Amino acid sequence: MRYWCRIAPLLLLLFSVSPFAQTDAPELPDTASTDLAPPAPVSMLRAHDTDDDHGHSITLEWELSPDDGAGQNSVVTYEVFRWVPSVMDILDTLRSRLSIVNSEIREADGVTSEMKERRVSLQTRLKELLGQLPEIHEQYPNDGEWHQVGNVGSRNTRYVNSGSKDTESSGFIPDFTGFYYRVDAVTVDSSIRAVSKIVGPVQSYGQWFNTGRYPVLFAVLIFGFLTLGFVIKAKKGAKLYVRPLTGIEEVNDAIGRATEMGKPILYVLGLGTADMIATIASFTILGRVAKRVAEHRTRLIVPTYDPIVMSVAQEVVKSSYLDAGQADAYDDDIVFFVTQAQFAYVAAVNGIMLRELPATNVYMGKFYAESLILAETGALAGSIQIAGTDEIAQIPFFIVACDYTLIGEELYAASAYLGREPILLGSLKAQDYAKAAVITLALAGLVAANFGWTTFTDLFIVAN
Amino acid sequence: MKRTTYIMMAVVFGLFVLSWIYKGISLQSNNDHYILDGFLVTFSAFLTLAVLSFLYTDNPFYKFAEHLFVGVSAAFWMCLGFWTTIVQNLIPRLSEGVSGFFKVPYLPGPYNFFFFIPVILGIMLLMRLSPKGGWISRWPLAWIIGTTAGLNFIRYLRSDFIKQISSTFVPLLGGGQHEWQGIGHFFSNFDLSASGQFVALVANWVIFLGVFCGLVYFFFSKEHTGTFGRASRVGIWILMITFGASFGYTVMGRISLLVGRITFLFRDWLGLVS
Repeated sequence: MRYWCRIAPLLLLLFSVSPFAQTDAPELPDTASTDLAPPAPVSMLRAHDTDDDHGHSITLEWELSPDDGAGQNSVVTYEVFRWVPSVMDILDTLRSRLSIVNSEIREADGVTSEMKERRVSLQTRLKELLGQLPEIHEQYPNDGEWHQVGNVGSRNTRYVNSGSKDTESSGFIPDFTGFYYRVDAVTVDSSIRAVSKIVGPVQSYGQWFNTGRYPVLFAVLIFGFLTLGFVIKAKKGAKLYVRPLTGIEEVNDAIGRATEMGKPILYVLGLGTADMIATIASFTILGRVAKRVAEHRTRLIVPTYDPIVMSVAQEVVKSSYLDAGQADAYDDDIVFFVTQAQFAYVAAVNGIMLRELPATNVYMGKFYAESLILAETGALAGSIQIAGTDEIAQIPFFIVACDYTLIGEELYAASAYLGREPILLGSLKAQDYAKAAVITLALAGLVAANFGWTTFTDLFIVAN
Repeated sequence: MKRTTYIMMAVVFGLFVLSWIYKGISLQSNNDHYILDGFLVTFSAFLTLAVLSFLYTDNPFYKFAEHLFVGVSAAFWMCLGFWTTIVQNLIPRLSEGVSGFFKVPYLPGPYNFFFFIPVILGIMLLMRLSPKGGWISRWPLAWIIGTTAGLNFIRYLRSDFIKQISSTFVPLLGGGQHEWQGIGHFFSNFDLSASGQFVALVANWVIFLGVFCGLVYFFFSKEHTGTFGRASRVGIWILMITFGASFGYTVMGRISLLVGRITFLFRDWLGLVS
């Protein structure tokens, strides 16, 4: 009895403790559980056509979710969804089949009529379906599903759904078609998300005018009116002062020297094409030089690099000879095409220099790595050399190897200086006033930038 | 030709043949086309030396190399222009049959008929070859120059005018990642490293002065006298320093081209360098 009295408390303790010893583990928060509250969705979601583009693009903007960067259910990404009709699967299939057919045609030795018919049939079907897309999108929300089109990270409030304009591309977004969008605020666990309100229908379309390029428009208008104004002023006989340009003043002396020595003048237009500004300026100078050469009845040699430049140069030289009253002295072989390979052209011109031994070499236009080769060979031949280019990397070589060099804009001014034509003088004056405007605006912008006045500095930002 | 010229040409020819045989033998071990490869390497070396001989004087070898280079390059560019521009770019947009003939994929499109315009302009340009119809070629020439001048007007106003103005908006105090925090802070953290505030400050001042004084130099409407002339002088100094740096940098690039040619002569041709 005494034994049982002693162990009874022990037994009681044993059987009372064991239930507590076997308690369940405390319930840990289950992050995968959908019981966790989703974050707050984005608000003020709005969609509109992307501005200042050629179409095929929709911009979505929203206010951040209040749970962006806050708390356990912090939003880490925003996923953008677009409602896509089920017919897009058929379109994708057509596009992939068309791509296969195009590859087969490219790689085949001969294109069979069967291949051509297959491609035409696929293109026709694709075109038909694409034409029906606006009507199909009007069936929303029937017969379609939501597809993710993109995502942005947290703290972002904007997404541009930009598509291709190529109808055969899978990224094609048709214009004038009503789209529907939504934005999901997503946490680390992608199953925990909040869906926004749906916006739409929104259509994309292209704009005729890029409003981000207003600064360029104003610059064009201002510069255009300046040029017009000064040209009119020059035509009315106003004396427009142009400071002397040493290199160009020597051209006349050089032509006289060549005439006395009975040696020809070599004029190199450079390696530019006819659309380059330096080449166009060179044409004008060539006209002046050709006229003086015709008056002195000196021989002129003009090897060209580009066929179009050759054609224009021939016209310029011919009209100069006509103006000088020496039409009979003109010969088409004065201006000739050499080759369109850079160093082959230079090799040929070098050969001409050492064989013809011109008294004067004039290099005016666009030059590249061959500039020093030309100038050094001309120095070897003992010619007076006058050069002018706007290619900054080549100006040093002309400065060291030529007798006179026109730097950059002096080449453009040279044509006005030589001829004194009202149009050229007027445009030169407009350029000078534009430079004055650059100095003034740059000074003002410098002050504004240093004092943080961004309103002024933002005026000079041009969109792509 | 002079007798010495004949002797020189015979010597060069003999050396050429010897070199060809030598290169052929050296390439024979693992090359089925050793005779052709030997000839090509020797011919390349011959042309390289022929062009370099111009440094001494004009000579028949240089003339040969020059004429060969001019002829081959003219023919090459003509072929390239035909196959890349006309065959790959124009024909696929104009005719499916001709595309098939040239084995290029036909590119149908709703506005392909516009591509007939360059065809017509090109034919008009070719009229230049006709003595009576040469005047017709002036129209496409005018089109080319007028269109490109108009397009370049917008492009250069943006890149060379507006962009250059906005690029001049530099901080004159502080620079780069450094904000101006007073002269005490500037001197206490004085640093001559490339990313330091001092270098950034100097760079911004050089930009500021260089742009303004350079623009003054290129002002043609006023004589360069007095303060204007002094500013112009500063401008031309900055320009010349820039040109000098550009000169040195470009010459380094030219030397590297020469190194390539010398390497070819000593390694691929003579085998003196491994």
